[in-house]
Formats: sequence, structure tokens, C-alpha cells
Amino acid sequence: MGQIQLNQVTKSFGNVNVIPPLDLTIEDGEFCVFVGPSGCGKSTLLRLIAGLEDVTSGTISIDDNDATEIPPAKRGLAMVFQSYALYPHMSVKKNIAFPLRMAKMDQAEQERRIEAAAKALNLTDYLDRRPGQLSGGQRQRVAIGRAIVREPSAFLFDEPLSNLDAALRVGMRLEISELHERLKTTMIYVTHDQVEAMTMADKIVVLRAGVIEQVGSPLELYHRPQNTFVAGFIGSPKMNLIEGKEAAKHKAHTIGIRPEHITVSAKRVKGAWPGVVGVSEHLGSDTIFHVHDTGLADVITVRSDGEVSYRHGDRIYLVPRMDVLHKFDANGQRIA
Amino acid sequence: MAREITQKRKIVNTLVAWTIGFLIFFPILWTVLTSFKTEAQAISDPPVFLFFDWTLENYAIVQERSDYARFLWNSVIIAVGSTVLGTIISVPAAWSMAFVPSKKTKDILLWMLSTKMLPAVGVLYPIYLIFIELGLLDTKVGLVAVMTLINLPIIVWMLYTYFREIPGEILEAARMDGATLRDEIIHVLTPMAIPGIASTVLLNIILAWNEAFWTLNLTAAKAAPLTAFIASYSSPEGLFYAKLSAASTMAIAPILILGWFSQKQLVRGLTFGAVK
Repeated sequence: MGQIQLNQVTKSFGNVNVIPPLDLTIEDGEFCVFVGPSGCGKSTLLRLIAGLEDVTSGTISIDDNDATEIPPAKRGLAMVFQSYALYPHMSVKKNIAFPLRMAKMDQAEQERRIEAAAKALNLTDYLDRRPGQLSGGQRQRVAIGRAIVREPSAFLFDEPLSNLDAALRVGMRLEISELHERLKTTMIYVTHDQVEAMTMADKIVVLRAGVIEQVGSPLELYHRPQNTFVAGFIGSPKMNLIEGKEAAKHKAHTIGIRPEHITVSAKRVKGAWPGVVGVSEHLGSDTIFHVHDTGLADVITVRSDGEVSYRHGDRIYLVPRMDVLHKFDANGQRIA
Repeated sequence: MAREITQKRKIVNTLVAWTIGFLIFFPILWTVLTSFKTEAQAISDPPVFLFFDWTLENYAIVQERSDYARFLWNSVIIAVGSTVLGTIISVPAAWSMAFVPSKKTKDILLWMLSTKMLPAVGVLYPIYLIFIELGLLDTKVGLVAVMTLINLPIIVWMLYTYFREIPGEILEAARMDGATLRDEIIHVLTPMAIPGIASTVLLNIILAWNEAFWTLNLTAAKAAPLTAFIASYSSPEGLFYAKLSAASTMAIAPILILGWFSQKQLVRGLTFGAVK
């Protein structure tokens, strides 16, 4: 079991209020991602759940038991750190065994669990090595191994992939997702990378300045962002946000249209926005155009088919899909 | 552009370095040489450098006159005892200052260091009286206690700087893994800080071994370490340079040997964190 409930939790460091009162429930078995720009309080929130920081007020309960005053070691949670935080003086095997040793588990059971974890994470050949002799990806797997042997009620991941190179990151992302499928244990994952959030999460919690901007499944957030912040944060490339006359036509302060919901045409079409092609980014499968001089915003980003080709300075027409237009009021809140 | 060092420049630099090194080492060399001379040659003018009648006579006389082994044993007990005790006290102290600092931690560290700025003789009288009261005068226990207290600020400071180099996340990981504070210090912090702890211990043994003010003032016969052994050869009846040198050589030999074998460790420890 691993249901985690935050009730009116606040955190201040001195006079700085990092997290204003916040409520959140993470269901048992859920893969929950905290996402937001740096300094939004997502790591602090995770550390509060871990018990590495004390809440200023409010309560945290794990499986309906008040855990607010329980020390981190006793909360039954395991954590994977950004820096891996392996014990450099111990072999891989001893690293993985450490939590079991601390729990004074009997030797045979320790061996069994270590073996199982090593097998699951492809670490069997490296058990006698020191962390210093491993690559970044292997180190991260050791850190995960150290977390899974305890069979915790929930896993906490603090930006675990940000020290890895891009290719490895994609691989580890899949491994963690598969691990979740297999273990069905609650996972809370902190990242600033919205791609990680979208691809891994059952539930995304978007944070800004300690405040929850929106909670929902990846597709809910993609299709119905509650405000302009979430709209701009979720999705890549970012949603185009347009203010002024064009927005007023739709009785909104701001309208948003995702780059993939705009088609490009060389000929004038009714209702299309004219513009001039700036930089094009060719990804092979897709091409991303940065279009200027539309009179709507500085740049309008458009995602097209990889076959489409325009050159810098070409005059083009943008056709937005009106059925997927997002409308926001003057406070940036979604209208209908 | 890489800095160019010409061959000539290299030779000059090497020569200068060796000369300075030799000058620093010379007094010790001279002491060792003198210990093998006769008393007459030891004070001859002009001094003889290498061409004299080498003799072991001084060592024989020194050993005959005073029991070297007893002084040596006292030195070992005082130096090692105070270091071990000091380290046991300092590890938790440095842990709390490095990992759970309060607003006053910096002040406490400076205040601790400030005690080293007080001239020792300023507290000789009170400490002497306390020693008389407690019956600690001329006892090894008393000297171990005084040495521990004297070197405690240095041990805490050194350990504090080493501990600061250890990433806090690793200790947090240990906490998440179910380690108690005791487990955390014994199984994670201490093994990781071994190079730093080792150099702290070595330096402290050397400092305690060489300390002369308190060992001379608070001992008479029973607990007297090697510093007192040397001092006993600088007597009012006259200066016996050769015998004094022999006694000095015997006193510094153990610590020189220790220093020689541990120099790698010492250098590594003292530059710990400076180079990664």
C-alpha cells in the first residue's frame, strides 16, 4: 500500500514562504509527477514527503497514518537522488544491501533480494565493483536497486535522470516506467522536464511558486490546460499564446493554439494568418517553423510534416484548427 | 597558451628548492651528526662537519643514565591517548557543525580557535592548582586530559572542513535507507572521511608528541615523556652538546619515522578537497 495525503501543508525557510497551504492526494500505485520550472518548490515538496525536511504546518499521512512526525527512516519510503548518492566506499552489492542491513534482515533473505534486484536491473556482473567504476546509467540503476530491495510503500525520485546524457535518459525513462508497471508501487517523480512528465505519469502535478496550478492526467493537461502557465508549460514545442485583436474575435483575452494544430499553406486561404518564415528546424519526421511578422505575437511556432519545406524569408499562410483553440481570460484562467 | 618552462629555468628552480629544503633540514642533520661526535669535537671551533671520529659513546651514556624506554612509553601513551580521545569527541562535534549548522556555528568554531591564541603560560597557574587538587600532577591521565583539551579545537576544525566536503545527499540517502544517527556516522560518514580523519590523527599525534610546555611543567619523573628526556640533558652543570644531541635524536626518531611513512597520507589529507 502507498497512499500519500498532504493536508494543508506549508513550508517556510526563515521568512521565505516556499509552499503556501497545499492539499494533494496521491493514490496507491499511482505514478505521480511533480513538474515545474526550477525554484517552484517541487523538490521541497518531495523532501517534505520523504521527511528530510520538516513541515512548517499541516499534516502528511501515509496509508491513513499520520506520518508528519515520523523520521524518514521509518516512513517506509525509498528515495532516488539526482546525484545518485551512492556510498562510494562500498561495493555495488553492499550499496544495495545497506537498507536491508539497517533493517537487520536475515542474511539469506538479503541475498535473495539483492540477487533479484541485480537481475532485474542488469547489475549482476557489477556487484563487486565500486560506484566510482560505473557509468552514469549504471550508477542510477544501483540507486534504483537500493530503493527496490526495501520493497517500500512508495518510491520518491528527485530528478533522477538529469545527470544522464540524452540517449541514456530515454532508456532509463522506459526502464523506470516498466519498473512501475511491474511493481505497481506508488511512485512520486520530480522533474523540470515536461517530456518526462508527459511520457511517464499517470498524474501530473504542475507547480509554480509552491502553488499547484493543475493536477491531471497528461492528456487532460494537454487538452484542457486550466491556465496560460500550464498551457505554456505542457507540450513541446510550446503552445502559441496570442493576445489582442485576434483574441478579442473569440471573446477572450488570450487564445492559445498548439504548433501541431496549425497547418501551413503557400496560398492565401480564408481566415489564415500571413507570416514570414524565420528559422526552420528539420527533425526528419517533423519540421518546426518559427514564423514572424504575423502581427499576432513575436513568433508563431508551427509543427508540420517533415516533407514540407519552406525557406527563410518565404511568405506563408497559417491555418489554425479552430476546434482545438484554447481561450483564457485576463487572469490567464481557462474560459469554458 | 601553455606556460613554457625552459630546461635552464627548471634546473635553477630545482637547485633553489633543494637549497631551501637543505637549509630547513640542516639543524636536524647537525643534531644527528653531533650526536656521533665526542664532546670535544662537538664544541670545536671551527666546527667539524663529517670528518670526525664517529662514536656511539653518547648513546650508550644516555641510555645508561636515563631509561629511554620509559620516556618513550610515556610519550606514546600521551600522544596516542589524547589523539584517540580527542577524535572520539570531535567526530560527533564536527558532524553536527558540518551537517546541522545553526546560526552560531561559525562563531563557536572561531571561539574554539581563539583559545589557541591565548598564551599557554597564562593558564599555567590555575591548571597547575587544579592538577594538585585532583592529584593529577605527574600522571599520564592528567597529561592525556590536558593534551586532549589543547588539541581539541584543531581536531574539530580539521574534521569539520573534511566533513563539509562530503555531499549531504549521501547522508540523506543513508537516513532514507533506515540508518540511525549512529549508523550514519559509523557506516557512512566515517569511512568516507577516512583520508581526512587519518591526516587529522597523524598531525595531532605529531603535535602532542612535540608539545613541551605542558609536559615539562606538569610532570616530574613518573609521567615524563621524551620532551622531558631531552630537557634533562640541558643541565646547569654544563652543556653536553653531544649527549644532548644524542638524546634529541632518540626523541625525534620515532615521530620522524612515523612522519616519513605517512607523508603521502599527510599530504593527501592536508590537501583533501583542494584537488578533486
